[in-house]
Amino acid sequence: MALDKPYKGIPGTTIFDADLARKGYHLNQFCMSLMKAENRERFKANERAYLDEWPMSEEQKQAVLARDLNRCIELGGNIYFLAKIGATDGKSFQFMAASMTGMTQEEYAKMMLQGGRAPGSPVRDPREKQ
Amino acid sequence: MMARITASVYTSHVPAIGAALDLGKSGDDYWKPLFAGYEPSKAWFKENTPDVIFLVYNDHATAFSLDMIPTFAIGCAAEYKPADEGWGPRPVPTVKGHAELASHIAQSVIQDDFDLTIVNRMDVDHGFTVPLSLICGQVAEWPCPVIPFAVNVVQYPVPSGRRCFNLGRAIRKAVSLYDEPLKVQIWGTGGMSHQLQGPRAGLINREWDNRFLDRLIAEPEKLADTPHLEYVQQAGSEGIELVMWLIARGAMSDLPPRVAHRFYHVPASNTAVGHLILENSQ
Repeated sequence: MALDKPYKGIPGTTIFDADLARKGYHLNQFCMSLMKAENRERFKANERAYLDEWPMSEEQKQAVLARDLNRCIELGGNIYFLAKIGATDGKSFQFMAASMTGMTQEEYAKMMLQGGRAPGSPVRDPREKQ
Repeated sequence: MMARITASVYTSHVPAIGAALDLGKSGDDYWKPLFAGYEPSKAWFKENTPDVIFLVYNDHATAFSLDMIPTFAIGCAAEYKPADEGWGPRPVPTVKGHAELASHIAQSVIQDDFDLTIVNRMDVDHGFTVPLSLICGQVAEWPCPVIPFAVNVVQYPVPSGRRCFNLGRAIRKAVSLYDEPLKVQIWGTGGMSHQLQGPRAGLINREWDNRFLDRLIAEPEKLADTPHLEYVQQAGSEGIELVMWLIARGAMSDLPPRVAHRFYHVPASNTAVGHLILENSQ
C-alpha cells in the first residue's frame, strides 16, 4: 500500500521526504563539499570537472550548472544544501529565493518588506511561459 | 533540592540576524525595530540568568549532512564550537556544555521511550548561536553552560507536534530528578512562518503566526495536535520548525505560565520573527 503523502498538492512547494533525499543524496553531498574553501576553489576553476567527480545524474549536473534551483529541488536537492552553491557564487540568500519565484531580487525584497507573500496569493513558476 | 525548569524562551533563529550583529548593522533602519523587540528580553535575562540553558534547535546541513539524520540528538560534550557555514565561523564564544546534566537527561528520557542520539562532538550553527546572541547580547563569554538539542526538521517526516510536546514532558521529569538545585531554562527556536524554496518562497502568514503564539500560551496541548500539513500550508515549508517550540512548552509546568515578553516582527530577511518568554509560576 502506498504511503500517505498529503503534502504533494501544495502549489510551488516541494517537501523533501525520504524518496527525494534518496534521489538527491549525491547532489546534496556535492553541495555539502562546498563548505570547504579548497573545494569551492576547485569547483569555481572547472565546474563541470568537479561535478563529474560525483555520481550525480546528468540532469542534476545540468541543473547545477544552470543554477536552476527549482529543477535542483525536483531532482532531490534540499534548499539548505543548495544554499551552499549560492554562497560559493557570492550570492545572497534573497537572490537565490527570488530566482525561484520569477521575481527580480529587488521585487522579492520589496515583497518581503511589505509583509511577505500573502497566503493564497498566486504562485508562478519562472519556467512557465507568461 | 532538585533541579527545576524556571522559564522557557521561544525565538526565531534567522541567520541574517547573526550576520547583522556580527557586521555591526543592528542600528540600521532595517534591523532597528527587530533588535528593539529583544531589548526587554536581554534585560529579563540579566535578572533571570539560569544555571543551564537547554536549547532546542535544528542544524541546517552543517553538523549533519545526509550521511546521518538523527531525529533527536542531545549534546553531551564539554564544549561546542561555532561552525563554519561557508563564510567562516561567527565571531562568538565557544559554548560550554553541561555534560553531567545532559547525560542524566539522556538516560532518563531514553528510559521513557524517546530514542535520542547522543552526540559527543559537533559544531553548532546559526540555529543555535543566533538565539544566544539575541538574548545574551554580544558577550566575550556566554553567561552559563548550554545543552544543545538538535531536531531533524529538514528531511520529512519530521517528528509530530504531539511527540515533541510529550518529549518536553519527559525532559521536565528528567530535570526534576537531577540531584542539584539548578535553575534550568528551556529554549525552543526556529520559525515562524517562512518558506525558503520553490515558486512559493517568501510566504508569511501573520495571522496564523499570532494565533500560534496565543495557543502556545493558553492551550499548548491542543496546539500539539496540529498536523504537519497545516504548518506547511499555512506557515510555509520551513515553518515546520515551529514543532520545536512544543518541546520547550511541554517541559513547562501544567499551570498557566506568566507571559514575561511577547514580540512579533516581519521581516528578517525571508522570515517572520516571533518571540515569547514564559515563566513558570512558583
